[in-house]
Amino acid sequence: MLDAVLSGLRLVATLDLRLWEIVGLSLAVSLSAVALATLLGLPLGAAIAVGRFPGRQAVIVVLNALMGLPPVVVGLFIYLLLSRAGPLGELGLLFTPQAMVIAQTVLVLPIIAALARQSVEDAWREYEEQLRSLGVQGWGGALTVLWDIRFSLLTAVLAGLGRASAEVGAVMIVGGNIDGVTRVMTTTIALETSKGDLPLALGLGIVLIAIVLALNAGAHLIKEAAQRRYG
Amino acid sequence: MGLAAAAIVGFITVASTTSTEQSGLFKHLLPIFERKTGIQVRVVALGTGQALEMGKRGDADVVFVHAKALEEKFVAEGYGVKRIEVMYNDFVLVGPKSDPAKVGGGRDIVAALQKIKAVQAPFASRGDKSGTHFAELQLWKAAGIDIAQDKGPWYRDTGSGMGPTLNIASGMNSYALTDRGTWLSFKNRGDLVISVDGDQRLFNQYGVILVNPAKHPHVKQDMGQAFVDWIVSPEGQSAISAYKIGGEQLFFPNFKGD
Amino acid sequence: MSAILPLRLEDVSFAAGGRFIIERVSLALEAGSSTIILGANGAGKSVLMRLMHGLLAPTSGRVAWSGEGARRRQAMVFQRPVMLRRSACANVVYALKVAGVPVAQRERLATAALEEVGLRQVAQRPARVLSGGEQQRLALARAWALNPEILFLDEPTANLDPGATREIETIIKAFDAAGTKIVMSTHSLGQARRLGDEVIFLHQGRVAERSPIERFFPQPASPEAAAFVNGELPWA
Repeated sequence: MLDAVLSGLRLVATLDLRLWEIVGLSLAVSLSAVALATLLGLPLGAAIAVGRFPGRQAVIVVLNALMGLPPVVVGLFIYLLLSRAGPLGELGLLFTPQAMVIAQTVLVLPIIAALARQSVEDAWREYEEQLRSLGVQGWGGALTVLWDIRFSLLTAVLAGLGRASAEVGAVMIVGGNIDGVTRVMTTTIALETSKGDLPLALGLGIVLIAIVLALNAGAHLIKEAAQRRYG
Repeated sequence: MGLAAAAIVGFITVASTTSTEQSGLFKHLLPIFERKTGIQVRVVALGTGQALEMGKRGDADVVFVHAKALEEKFVAEGYGVKRIEVMYNDFVLVGPKSDPAKVGGGRDIVAALQKIKAVQAPFASRGDKSGTHFAELQLWKAAGIDIAQDKGPWYRDTGSGMGPTLNIASGMNSYALTDRGTWLSFKNRGDLVISVDGDQRLFNQYGVILVNPAKHPHVKQDMGQAFVDWIVSPEGQSAISAYKIGGEQLFFPNFKGD
Repeated sequence: MSAILPLRLEDVSFAAGGRFIIERVSLALEAGSSTIILGANGAGKSVLMRLMHGLLAPTSGRVAWSGEGARRRQAMVFQRPVMLRRSACANVVYALKVAGVPVAQRERLATAALEEVGLRQVAQRPARVLSGGEQQRLALARAWALNPEILFLDEPTANLDPGATREIETIIKAFDAAGTKIVMSTHSLGQARRLGDEVIFLHQGRVAERSPIERFFPQPASPEAAAFVNGELPWA
């Protein structure tokens, strides 16, 4: 196993433009999806946390359950939507990086929204009375709290990023793993493994883990710095 | 070589099989076509069943698979314009060096399968409606064995592509039917070697079909037809035979013209 | 002189979890005098103040202000101050923003309020790293900037040491001197005597006694209040 790892790293270290294209595409797709999911998910989670409406408990349960959406099911669903035979076929988005971003956004949105909902709800318990005393109405309060706890929301965003960069089912189905167009790290690893080229697959796997680790470390440092600054 | 590449004018989507892509044929073939015509070919590699399904849905412009009966049905049902034979490769039976069914070195696939069943030697099947899977099923039939009825725990349905199936065969030291191309580029052989090859019945015919623009108006008819025309042209056919792994030719062009 | 006082509670009740926490309370709060709400734990002091301030809706009865715009003309300081993760000054500015004060005036009013409570030096420090006493002073600065007609305080010094408590009491007296009606709950009889003009004594959700300070101390008229003052009734 150790030689496989070492030869994998060696291969990766000497590898060419193609590898960095794949890494670049992976990051572009997953980071875009997480950015979109954050933009949509944070306000959504905050609204549910602070709002009082009939069926609220059911919405929370469903949102939490959606965190466990199987990637391959999301991929299948988006494929059926974007296929020429499907309702959005006109857009011609199937087998493009855009389709992959859409699929991953759908996958990651519930995670960010559900975790944000929990964080905002916990914080709301602390802030609600004071904010209402000052005269803050409904949504304004949600946004104020959201902004105030922004550094602890990083955890939710990282959870989403972890999910997006690790999954292979959704991007494989809606992207088609097309060489040079929609091939990302996870689908490449799957492909090389199925071809029996284990050292290369392992090498790529290590690169993937290293990148995710680096992103997490960066986020952690930001959180620590913010904690020291703002209390 | 030496000619300037044509500027990119667009792309077509070709639905093909995993075994074809993994053999490396497309990596060799497509750049030649792209340089000449400026048409980028995007290959989505799935199982034969899935590739034809993609054609039916209109998600591909061209279908390039190896399952004659299914292809003819595809055209008969109006999803494809015309089926054109392009090339063939062959399947080989791989198995453990220890050869429990004693079939090694043989040229008769049907006899080999009968022996494997007789001693209940482990056999890994793709079980995924692929061209290879269908070929395998035809061979069991030719051996007089109703494999759906008569299979036992020795017969493993992996439901996966050629590579994963070979991984499993290698891991479990079992026999498996694979296309030569995948075998030649497969790096995780373990104790497996080629047991049987060369039988006529192991030849595997490829067909290329333009998806019917009458059914799917958005199909890139001109570019798709250009690809079909090129792959059966003398230049395309000789590019196919030029592709070798370790000095061995994998695919044998056999377009007969009409 | 006051636009919104007197505040009238008309037969107000509040029930939760199957029991009445406040039961049929009717009273009027006039401008001018500082009102101390006294009572054992669980008597309903916090709930009564939240009903008055509008944070809770009565189960029955009415909370009636005498004029328009009561929402903007009152403020409340809680036992534990809640600050945003911003500088001390930014917290006051936020309150002014919510109150609709024009941008141009916010910084100036905030600085003046911080000056009033003696926090000018720490204006740019993150509010959450300030000490408990400083944060409570900041809460008062926030209220000061809003120039409220009535200020509710829910046991504002319960968590503070004597030194910080004295600072808070000084500021409350400043509010009083500036014309803000003070309504404050407290456990401390000494604090009640120092800051109050009248006492409302709550017992099990009802008003057991309401008297001017000189009448209430040293000996209240009602038996419940007497028991409390003599130390026999810490819990309702």
